[in-house]
Amino acid sequence: MIERSPYFDAFTYAVMIIGLGLVVFPFWVVIVAASQSLQEVSSVPISLLPSDQLWVNLSEAWERGGLGTKMLNSMIVSVGVTIGKITLAAMSAFAIVFFNFRSRMICFWLIFITLMLPLEVRIVPTYAIAANALMPFQAILDVTGLTWLVQTVSGVQVSLNWNLLNSYTGLILPLVATATGTFLYRQFFMTIPDELVEASKMDGASAMEFFWDVLIPLSRTNMLALATIMFVSSWNQYLWPLLITTDRENFGTAVMQLRFLIPTMNGTPDWNVTMAAALIIMLPPLLVVAFMQRWFVRGLISRDK
Amino acid sequence: MSQISIRGVKKVYQKTEVIHGVDVEIEHGEFVVILGPSGCGKSTLLRMIAGLEDISAGEISIGGQVVNKLEPRERGCAMVFQNYALYPHMTVKQNIGYALKVAKVAKPEREARVMAVAESVSLVPFLDRRPGELSGGQRQRVAMARAMVREPKVFLFDEPFSNLDAKLRVAMRAEVRRLHRDLGVTSVFVTHDQIEAMTLADKLIIMNAGNVEQIGRPTDVYNHPASRFVADFIGSPAMNLFDGEFDAEGEFLYGQGGRMSVPQLNGVRQPGRKVVLGVRPESVRRTGADAHGAIPAVVDYVEELGASRLIHAEANGSRFVAVDTETAAITNGMPVHLSVDGAALHLFSAEDGRRITH
Repeated sequence: MIERSPYFDAFTYAVMIIGLGLVVFPFWVVIVAASQSLQEVSSVPISLLPSDQLWVNLSEAWERGGLGTKMLNSMIVSVGVTIGKITLAAMSAFAIVFFNFRSRMICFWLIFITLMLPLEVRIVPTYAIAANALMPFQAILDVTGLTWLVQTVSGVQVSLNWNLLNSYTGLILPLVATATGTFLYRQFFMTIPDELVEASKMDGASAMEFFWDVLIPLSRTNMLALATIMFVSSWNQYLWPLLITTDRENFGTAVMQLRFLIPTMNGTPDWNVTMAAALIIMLPPLLVVAFMQRWFVRGLISRDK
Repeated sequence: MSQISIRGVKKVYQKTEVIHGVDVEIEHGEFVVILGPSGCGKSTLLRMIAGLEDISAGEISIGGQVVNKLEPRERGCAMVFQNYALYPHMTVKQNIGYALKVAKVAKPEREARVMAVAESVSLVPFLDRRPGELSGGQRQRVAMARAMVREPKVFLFDEPFSNLDAKLRVAMRAEVRRLHRDLGVTSVFVTHDQIEAMTLADKLIIMNAGNVEQIGRPTDVYNHPASRFVADFIGSPAMNLFDGEFDAEGEFLYGQGGRMSVPQLNGVRQPGRKVVLGVRPESVRRTGADAHGAIPAVVDYVEELGASRLIHAEANGSRFVAVDTETAAITNGMPVHLSVDGAALHLFSAEDGRRITH
């Protein structure tokens, strides 16, 4: 719909400016608060003009929160989760789209259904598994009586244990399965013409060669778009790291660390430091989105062939 | 020994049989064209040779080796697809060389072979471009180069020219002919375009509804169609076909009271048997009213072809198409007289459509 009249133009601009204001205002408050001194930030009503204490607050927040380690941890976890998600999503979509096995629709729907089960819903069983990743196998051994058998025969008590708490593996592994990513890849793979698959077969390429040489290069934009979303969402992950990390000093992530920078009931209400920390922590996802934006839009909307 | 041997091959999808037992022998170095209307199973047959479709029953062997259970890459076939199927993200050079790369051919040799093939189809200036930057004809040549570079035992073409315009199609036809002459590789070419089929084929296989109707040289198929279907399908304009029967005097009765005396068919006439009489438009001529056996007809319309024209006329409730090379003015609705060349008649059984030989 194309409409050109001054009133309509003014109206659309007004709507856009209001929308922009709603999005930008909280950020503005964060920036302003982060630049003020303790007195300024505690004054009522609060001033909406930035002050000159930004650098002081930033270094204070960095020091107090130990953000060096935390940012590094967050980076490791986010990159790990992103790579894991993309790899797993691409491979599972590859299996579902290009191989004709009997239960492939069942597999697809099982993956798809997990969209309805966010981490928060399955967090208790996931924690139980993370506490001992081999527990399901132990359970199988127990139920089938193999534990008893081994113990009777050899006298060895079978007790499998692989603890993922307080480890990068524990922070990353439970998050790498992604129904969204699989679905996105599936939709993309389904646009690949059959003739291309057949041409590669005639050229003598194996399934994996087709995957590497044809599918992966063709899905590049798709992959970057997915990487952007996945990076941001795993950087912002709060509940899981909080739950699985008891050794906060070494394995805490930046976002969960923010919680401990919020002033307590009886402590100093230094919100300026908290806001400065928030500013530091939201910087990486902001940069990633800024750099990937071009690919992001292309990968999700149009397909350049 | 033949290069490709297809014996009793059937194809069943779920429960529907789409190819009902095909037997074909293809000789070494032969150019074979499979021709048929869409949905006749010609592409399916080709894809079974290539290994892209399972063979439900029967046996296909290539170079004496049964290939039913072999992967496409083990069969030594190269294929040119209808929509080119080039890898969009690779350059022309990479597209052509991909099969060699997969086969782990060393890089210097690979480059040399790609270069040689690119030269033979004049693609050298385009080696670093991507398929998206090429015209239809160039893409088609890349697809052919990609097939050639592997030096296969058999070339398979699946309606490769159907996306090209008429002029380019003629040029590509000549190119394919030339390549076949130079390389001498056994080729199987699927098309629904009869001109393409007639001009390219050493041997023509006509398929209809999952059956082979006729196998033969193009001229044999044209001059001695084995069935009513082939007679109707091959040749443009299509053959005139008349349902009818012979009476006791040996005259052919057709349409509404039409009679034709056909002494040439003396040996095969069976009075009362339902038959189909066929005659090609070029064997139907305009003639004088007093000529022997002249059929009075009324012109329906005229198609001007330049060198000649086609007269569509009606006589005795039947439609006739005649080729006319004269220039005298003919208008719609004008009465004319037609004569049929008795030596160029084809007779088919009305029941099964097979040719009644004479």
